[in-house]
Amino acid sequence: MINLKRALSVWHRNFTVYKKLYKSSMVLNFVEPILYLLAFGIGLSYYLREINGIPYIKFIAPGIVASSSAFAAAYECTYGTYVRMHYQKTFDAILATPVNLNDLVLGELLWGATKSLIYGTIIISVISVAGLVDSWMILLTIPLISLSGFLFSEISIIAAATVPGIDSFNYFYTLFMTPLFLFSGIFFPLENLPGIIKDLAFFNPIYHMVEIMRSASQGKADFINHILWLITTVLLLIIPPFRLMKRRLIK
Amino acid sequence: MEIVVAKGLVKEYNSFRAVNSIDFIIHRGECFSFLGPNGAGKTSVMRLIHCYMPPTEGLLHVFGLDVRRYASEIKARIGVMPQENNLDPDLSVIENLLVYARYFGIKKKEALKRAKDLLEFVGLSDRAETNVEKLSGGMKRRLVLARALINRPELIILDEPTTGLDPLSRRQVWEMIKREQQRGKTLILTTHYMEEAQHLSDRVAIMDSGRIVAIGTPQELMDKYGGSLEDVYLKLTGKRLIETTGEAIKEAE
Repeated sequence: MINLKRALSVWHRNFTVYKKLYKSSMVLNFVEPILYLLAFGIGLSYYLREINGIPYIKFIAPGIVASSSAFAAAYECTYGTYVRMHYQKTFDAILATPVNLNDLVLGELLWGATKSLIYGTIIISVISVAGLVDSWMILLTIPLISLSGFLFSEISIIAAATVPGIDSFNYFYTLFMTPLFLFSGIFFPLENLPGIIKDLAFFNPIYHMVEIMRSASQGKADFINHILWLITTVLLLIIPPFRLMKRRLIK
Repeated sequence: MEIVVAKGLVKEYNSFRAVNSIDFIIHRGECFSFLGPNGAGKTSVMRLIHCYMPPTEGLLHVFGLDVRRYASEIKARIGVMPQENNLDPDLSVIENLLVYARYFGIKKKEALKRAKDLLEFVGLSDRAETNVEKLSGGMKRRLVLARALINRPELIILDEPTTGLDPLSRRQVWEMIKREQQRGKTLILTTHYMEEAQHLSDRVAIMDSGRIVAIGTPQELMDKYGGSLEDVYLKLTGKRLIETTGEAIKEAE
């Protein structure tokens, strides 16, 4: 009981709003990744010339694409979805039309993935222009950024459907997203970390995206296992966003 | 012809019965009102009819279709004016209508034509490009009504359409509702204003604690119970009113 055309009408609603507001939101969202690049890439590279033979700024640049695109989907499907659902009552308005709850949730997930795609693509352009990418193969990662965006949308909708209030997202970011970001291998390789932290990386979607991005930007096509991990996890988490939203909205 | 048929309709929330086994039939072309105090179950009945949630028990058919199985088909033919103004605050007046039309699968060109006609109808043509946050309460209400009409519904659900409006804005909304009535649309209304109910409805159902305690034309009810429609309403739901006032006074003491 799901209709793609109706899901896309929800996607389109979010896109329409985004087109109006992007000028104010977009700039802010790119400041952060570029600050990371400047602070670590330039600041640290004085002391840390290279990692595994790669100049430090080139080491971190592809990883920043992975984390920024993941956060773009997460912000959209936590705060964005929650505001539409709870404060603006946009979902109530939509559910009074032929769009049903499954269409609505799919529309939100696709929109979250689109946000990842937009941010990922633009940051790829920026680091490419800055000469931090060695291979055209970086272009192959664009569909994978959408996939990782879809995964983060799933996780974030699960959070949005279960939090008691909007302030609870602080826990989500502090206890979940920030550790994923810091221990994803963006800033340092995970190989030499204590066993448990290294092993936990297997469960970290950002880690898998960082590996994909870094390999592709060096022209290495050795990331098939990471793609399989992403696809499997997307499929494992596909049902809960729909179930939990239904439980939250329709009593 | 029957537009809505309910038999033994029940809605429970965590074992609380918001709608407690009610029966009613709404005919094509009539304006049918649900009256009753807050918490009587009016909004729950509205939400069951426009398939926001499924009934717990009983039968509910809209346009002859079972709400449990044909939600999208039914919703395609209904227009809903909800209690709260859930307009899109980031969009302009006309964008609100165009985005909404897309949910019904209305093509862009047709949507634009309908949106312009509707803005004309509700007197907001010169505000088409205004952000909805800049509209007055009455204008927002009229826009919500226009939005409810974008799919040319056969049945229009009006959940407290004029709550919080000044007398002039209220009259304007009434006029618009009346025009829809004259076009042969079926209307379902909830309101706390007896004047509004009397002005617009062909028949009313008075609800209390999830049950329908009386049903008929306003005249029939006034003849049966005596006094004005407000007297009838207070007589039928008054027991609770006195109890709650009593409790409030006790608390204050």
